[in-house]
Amino acid sequence: MRVTQGCFSFLPDLTDEQVSRQVQYCLARGWAVNIEFTDDPHPRNNFWEMWGLPMFDLRDAAGVMMELNECRKVYGDRYIRMSAFDSSHGWESLRLSFIVNRPKQEPGFHLERHEVSGRNIRYTTKSYAADRPEGARYGDK
Amino acid sequence: MAADAPPVERVDLRREFVEVGIGEVLDQLDRELIGLKPVKTRIREIASLLLIERIRKRMNLTSEVPTLHMSFTGNPGTGKTTVALRIASILHRLGFVRRGHVVSVTRDELVGQYIGHTAPKTKEILKKAMGGVLFIDEAYYLHRPDNERDYGQEAIEILLQVMESQREDLVVILAGYGDRMDKFFASNPGFRSRIAHHIDFPDYSDEELLAIAELMLQDMNYRFSAGARDAFVRYIALRKTQPLFSNARSIRNALDRMRLRQASRLVADLDRVLSADDIMSLEASDVLASRVFASGMAVTQ
Repeated sequence: MRVTQGCFSFLPDLTDEQVSRQVQYCLARGWAVNIEFTDDPHPRNNFWEMWGLPMFDLRDAAGVMMELNECRKVYGDRYIRMSAFDSSHGWESLRLSFIVNRPKQEPGFHLERHEVSGRNIRYTTKSYAADRPEGARYGDK
Repeated sequence: MAADAPPVERVDLRREFVEVGIGEVLDQLDRELIGLKPVKTRIREIASLLLIERIRKRMNLTSEVPTLHMSFTGNPGTGKTTVALRIASILHRLGFVRRGHVVSVTRDELVGQYIGHTAPKTKEILKKAMGGVLFIDEAYYLHRPDNERDYGQEAIEILLQVMESQREDLVVILAGYGDRMDKFFASNPGFRSRIAHHIDFPDYSDEELLAIAELMLQDMNYRFSAGARDAFVRYIALRKTQPLFSNARSIRNALDRMRLRQASRLVADLDRVLSADDIMSLEASDVLASRVFASGMAVTQ
């Protein structure tokens, strides 16, 4: 099941050129673009790990793309996303975030129904991938 | 320059030249930089080459990105940084760099202080410079031959790798004093072969230094009185023979000190009514008070 988080996730995967154009859009607005990765695809997982430091003061997307390619070399089997941070007063938060790399196989989610008092039902979603230990969730790596 | 556009058959060279707008930059270079004849000639040559290269690309006659890395050698104060800014603007207009900004760094910004510090530091600077020009001043400090564990070597390796693999993203200009740059290139042959244009900046002649001084004064809304001008001609001749002379930079410093003396001369007489002319003009006494004229005394600056 294809994970749909952040911008553009209902579109086909962006090509490198399209990613680069989106990054350039962010940089032109003065946002700092960061690269983050994770192998826990649950939508409530806020703790994606950062690749390197946030990249402030860049003028051209080529620098970000260089880091993205480095990151893909190491964590190409995981989810990688770009997030653009706007530091200007009043925003001081993420303005844009989109997935740029995903595992080849995305096993999807299991829905657990939990019957509680009064026959009420509580739901839990659980990623099949998360059954395996961190770092060994996708592929052989 | 879209890669999938059909190849062009004919090109009107004049229109191309005007459209790109490098004429203005070259004229500005001629107007604002005094002397430096060989440098200007080389830059014109490079600009012509790149203009033709751009047309060749549109005619599908070439697909390679030309190597544009440069080295500027010359004594202090000969205008290396200023020319680097102009080069960036020329390259930007011709479309060989995408943004046209200049990131100026020295060893401190590239080389780290402990193991594992250098690579991220160098890469951060490289990322900032992407799409523009990376100007490395006094590049020979990157290489410390006396210390083989120096982290400078690591920075050099990263630089070389990016200079080779990302030629379309970044232009690197190395600058420094001539003799030391020669030694630097001799011990790092990788750099020499990756740099296409070696430009040597000559020292200024006395007349050129005077013209530079007058241009600087004009920009600051000052001027020499006739006497001051004569005194300054003598000042230049004397200052050149003294140690630590750094061309235009020494001239700028001398002018700053003269402005200081002029101000204290004016303030000394508080009862006077000043005209704009008094405020603007530097008198001979402001020049002659310089220590340079006191023979036999060492100059500190």
